[in-house]
Amino acid sequence: MPEHAAALAEQFETLEQQEDAARLGLWTFLATEILFFGGMFMGYIVYRHAYPEAFAIASKHTNVFYGTLNTAILLTSSLWMALAVNAAQVGSSKMLVRFLLLTILFAVGFLVVKGFEYTEDFHEHLVPGPSFAVPDRPRSEMFFYFYWAMTGLHGLHVLIGIGVLSVITVLSSHRRFTPEYYNPVEMSGLYWHFVDIVWIFLYPLLYLIDRHT
Amino acid sequence: MSERTSTVSRTTYVVIWAALMALLLLTWGMAQFDFGAGNTIVAMLIAVVKMSLVMLIFMHVRYNSSLTWVFAGAGFLWLAIMVSFTLSDYLTRGTIRQNGVISFYAESPPNHPPEQGPLAPHGGSR
Repeated sequence: MPEHAAALAEQFETLEQQEDAARLGLWTFLATEILFFGGMFMGYIVYRHAYPEAFAIASKHTNVFYGTLNTAILLTSSLWMALAVNAAQVGSSKMLVRFLLLTILFAVGFLVVKGFEYTEDFHEHLVPGPSFAVPDRPRSEMFFYFYWAMTGLHGLHVLIGIGVLSVITVLSSHRRFTPEYYNPVEMSGLYWHFVDIVWIFLYPLLYLIDRHT
Repeated sequence: MSERTSTVSRTTYVVIWAALMALLLLTWGMAQFDFGAGNTIVAMLIAVVKMSLVMLIFMHVRYNSSLTWVFAGAGFLWLAIMVSFTLSDYLTRGTIRQNGVISFYAESPPNHPPEQGPLAPHGGSR
């Protein structure tokens, strides 16, 4: 495999070893990300436990349609990412680029929907501050501190994901990946699926607290 | 060489995606009914199932070495430690000190005046 010699960094014996090291490194990074978001989830749990009624009232003011739509968009984006890794594994450069572009397209779609949602939230006075207009203030305001901070931070991760995947797409279109060496595709995929997982938890915690009345 | 990581078929990915979408509809549907505290439990159980599907199949943890399982689990282990230790405090607070007087937390549940809640800055209006 001399044509892949460039892909093998000098500190590794084999591509397999290099791949294992990258995978463990990325999971270590994701562990720090779990704890990074975990701090906010912890704060959310404590305040929801302290103010159950206010959190239920405040949660009803979020737009569950946009929230559900965005969950579907992110889950589908994850499917495109998984199919992109599959395309890389079987060596189909054309499909790899297409699936990566679909992943990015859905990621952008998520942010567009989020933009519409934020605009509506803003007009409905859901931003903590002098114009905040949800009953049971300031306890309901606490819910929206978490709402803006957690969705904002998640949105930032989506933005970073778009950046990473764009680089991978450009590299893919230059045919830099082969069935023997596609590690960067798989690693960026791990990050992207993680962003999806964070939203899987944000969705029920922010949008679905008290929808039955 | 291409068999280093087992290649998951496209069909498997699509089936998992369909399952995830079904679980999304399920979690939305369940939220329309009132199970009391059960709502949160059901929603979190569904979220954990969705996460497991994404991690095991999309993120290939199922097909990776046991060392990857350890690394993938480590973050959750520490998260569990943080949550359980913190809640062991907050869930067992029988009394809190208010204005220097010990009072039962249960007697002034969430509707106590804001300046006495956890939101109040230290030394607020007393």
